[in-house]
Amino acid sequence: MLMQTQTQAETDPVTRPTPVLALDGITKTFPGVRALSEVSLNLYPGEVTALIGENGAGKSTMVKILTGIYQPTEGRILVDGEETRFPTAQDAADAGITAIHQETVLFDELSVAENIFLGHAPRTRWGLLDWAEIHRRSSEILTGIGAEIDPATRLRDLGIASKHMVAIARALSIDARVVVMDEPTAALSHKEIEELYELVDQLKAQGKAILFISHKFDEIFRIADNYTVFRDGQYVGEGRIEDTDNDALVKLMVGREVAHIFPERTPELGDEVLAVENYCHPTEFDGVGFSLRRGEILGFYGLVGAGRSEVMQSLFGITRPSSGRIRIDGEAREIASPADAVGAGIVYVPEDRGQQGAITAMPIFQNVTLPSLGRTSRSGFIRLAEEFKLARTYCERLDLRAASLDTDVGNLSGGNQQKVVIAKWLATQPKVIILDEPTKGIDIGSKAAVHDFMAELAGQGLAVIMVSSEIPEVLGMSDRVIVMREGRMVAELGGDEMTPETLVRHAAGIRES
Amino acid sequence: MSTSSTHHIPDTLVSPLAKRLKSWESLLLVVAVAIFIANCFASPYFLNAWNLSDATFNFTEKAMIAFAMALLIIAGDIDLSVASIIALASTAMGAAVQAGVGTPGLVAIGLATGLAAGAFNGVLVTRLALPSIVVTIGTMSLFRGIAYIVLGDQAYRGYPESFAFFGQGYVFWVISFEFVLFAVLAVIYGVLLHKTNFGRSVYAIGNNPTGALFSGIRVQRVRFVLFLLTGLMSGVAAICLTSRLGSTRPSIGFGWELEVVTMVVLGGVSILGGSGSIPGVVIAAFVMGMVTFGLGLLNVPGIVMSIVIGALLIGVIALPRLWSKLRWGA
Repeated sequence: MLMQTQTQAETDPVTRPTPVLALDGITKTFPGVRALSEVSLNLYPGEVTALIGENGAGKSTMVKILTGIYQPTEGRILVDGEETRFPTAQDAADAGITAIHQETVLFDELSVAENIFLGHAPRTRWGLLDWAEIHRRSSEILTGIGAEIDPATRLRDLGIASKHMVAIARALSIDARVVVMDEPTAALSHKEIEELYELVDQLKAQGKAILFISHKFDEIFRIADNYTVFRDGQYVGEGRIEDTDNDALVKLMVGREVAHIFPERTPELGDEVLAVENYCHPTEFDGVGFSLRRGEILGFYGLVGAGRSEVMQSLFGITRPSSGRIRIDGEAREIASPADAVGAGIVYVPEDRGQQGAITAMPIFQNVTLPSLGRTSRSGFIRLAEEFKLARTYCERLDLRAASLDTDVGNLSGGNQQKVVIAKWLATQPKVIILDEPTKGIDIGSKAAVHDFMAELAGQGLAVIMVSSEIPEVLGMSDRVIVMREGRMVAELGGDEMTPETLVRHAAGIRES
Repeated sequence: MSTSSTHHIPDTLVSPLAKRLKSWESLLLVVAVAIFIANCFASPYFLNAWNLSDATFNFTEKAMIAFAMALLIIAGDIDLSVASIIALASTAMGAAVQAGVGTPGLVAIGLATGLAAGAFNGVLVTRLALPSIVVTIGTMSLFRGIAYIVLGDQAYRGYPESFAFFGQGYVFWVISFEFVLFAVLAVIYGVLLHKTNFGRSVYAIGNNPTGALFSGIRVQRVRFVLFLLTGLMSGVAAICLTSRLGSTRPSIGFGWELEVVTMVVLGGVSILGGSGSIPGVVIAAFVMGMVTFGLGLLNVPGIVMSIVIGALLIGVIALPRLWSKLRWGA
């Protein structure tokens, strides 16, 4: 909290010009969740403002508010100092605000020019599309940002980086005053990133205000003039980049009280159960190797896109690694499908519950017994009584709340759905359970229940791998943490090395100062 | 978790009987009975054991394919090449007859051709990850095309006398061999879908293929087996139909794929996959058989019959939706 007053003091309001766009005291609530709580953000002409915060800090919600996709529950939006509202995305676009999103929405089957001008294409006198003008202006914009792309090319024929340039061109085709870039470099190579920096400098020179959202500190220090930090949906500070450093920003980002009490446990580590050697994938990860012992909780931390889920899914047989070996209890195993993984004792609780974790249109008991049908049936024939018995055993162990075991999983709350998925895997009596963001999107009560249960499982000798982007969860639950960045393991931390600062440092690739 | 008071969850809250009464199958059964009664009034020839027995031939062959097709559609796939597999299998058998192959050999060739065609579809769909509707539209032309190339405007005849039993034989009084086969297959497929682990996997895949894969189900293997079964059943139908007609023309069974799919959908199988039952398909087979037979007794031309079947399909499917819309005022 000391940091906050300090940073605010550094911002001298008198010497600053009027912000092109100011968001003041913005609160946004969704049913049951307060995504943003009285946050503020100021964007100045010809300056780049970096919006910094952990996953879930509310950055994306903020972008959606200032582009008119969400309406703030409370607070004011000021354009050139005058209060206004953006009831629709079109209103925000009319006010000269344009965004280049994390996952850019473009149309593969349309041409580059069509993508750039879709929705605001110039028309002829007769109200028809003015193709000549569309192509001329597309070329102009593309040349302007140094992208050598023929506007007539179909988008699907372009590489990811070129697509990104098209997205930027689309943003610029609206005569924008404010450009929002939401993690624009996530999919770009080193050279392309340099080109993007030049583009940002050009835009600055044209007097546009730029909001730059990034997890990468080197980028922020390279390109931003100002910063604003959010944490858990709250505004924690802002200031000039030249007045701050890595350490101060990291502290602002993560310096929170651990609000949640994690279960006390004294890990009793047994023999090595899982050994992964040199796991590689052509695009997602490279050289991943680690060892896991019975009774251990191993945390995997990293930014979104660091390749953690991809590694886990390949351990579970969803994607084949290009090279690498797995040993379970010292024995080499070939895992070519999830069925093989389950057979070998590795189970995976995915992040995407609705699609991957559960079959929501089927009843609880059928979900729970799906991988264990071999045990509840006799020579391939279903025995309902056995199924209900097995399902009830594990659902009650997890304290599932449901009207009956015959209820469709889709009718349960997120937390109870997660319990069904975990029950399903425990019923297979696994050796290693991998939990991918196990408490994402579930309520506090279920969160604590899942944490307690993880501790209990480890206490019973199960080996647990937990992928999580929540620092308190990683630190509160793990005996050891592996940090991944850009598909590689960059650190393996244990004991006193496990601090919020070290995690963020390694995940974002900041060198010790 | 480790709390002292364990929360007890009942197995189910809805009694199986209540579930059954509210099901699609019950509605369909009411429709079937209504059509039966209407037919009794419409024609004095309807209520005659031999006439009724003849009527079963309207649906038995198609229903055999429909059972396998029901599983395939529940799993989220479809096979539109089934009628062309009949043509291919029948052509293969006809060619074998010219070479002097006896009845057991013909049956083996019919079944093997069906299996091979199903395997071909299955490989294309599961190995190359192509959408089944596209693959089987392609093989629909391919398989029948082969039959046309081989036969042109000719026909294969001269099937051995013992081969006639499959399509023309009676097991007991008016009960035909085909009808017995239909009943046996209905039971086999009913058990397979509703009482086995395989059937459970079929539902899981149809409801959410990704979720099924992530639950350790060998999704591609199950889908491949379903294509095999559909091919096999087309082979069985080809044997029965060829035996009944006593000859093979390349146009044999033309247009049956749509009638088979109609039967499956009328039986309450969701065309989007994930739900449906074999009893529903059985009742739907009777409904379609009785409608065509009843209209036939009234000398209604074939084209009008297909109009009636189409209207029936839309009507029966729209009815429950209309009903709930009226009731909820939506």
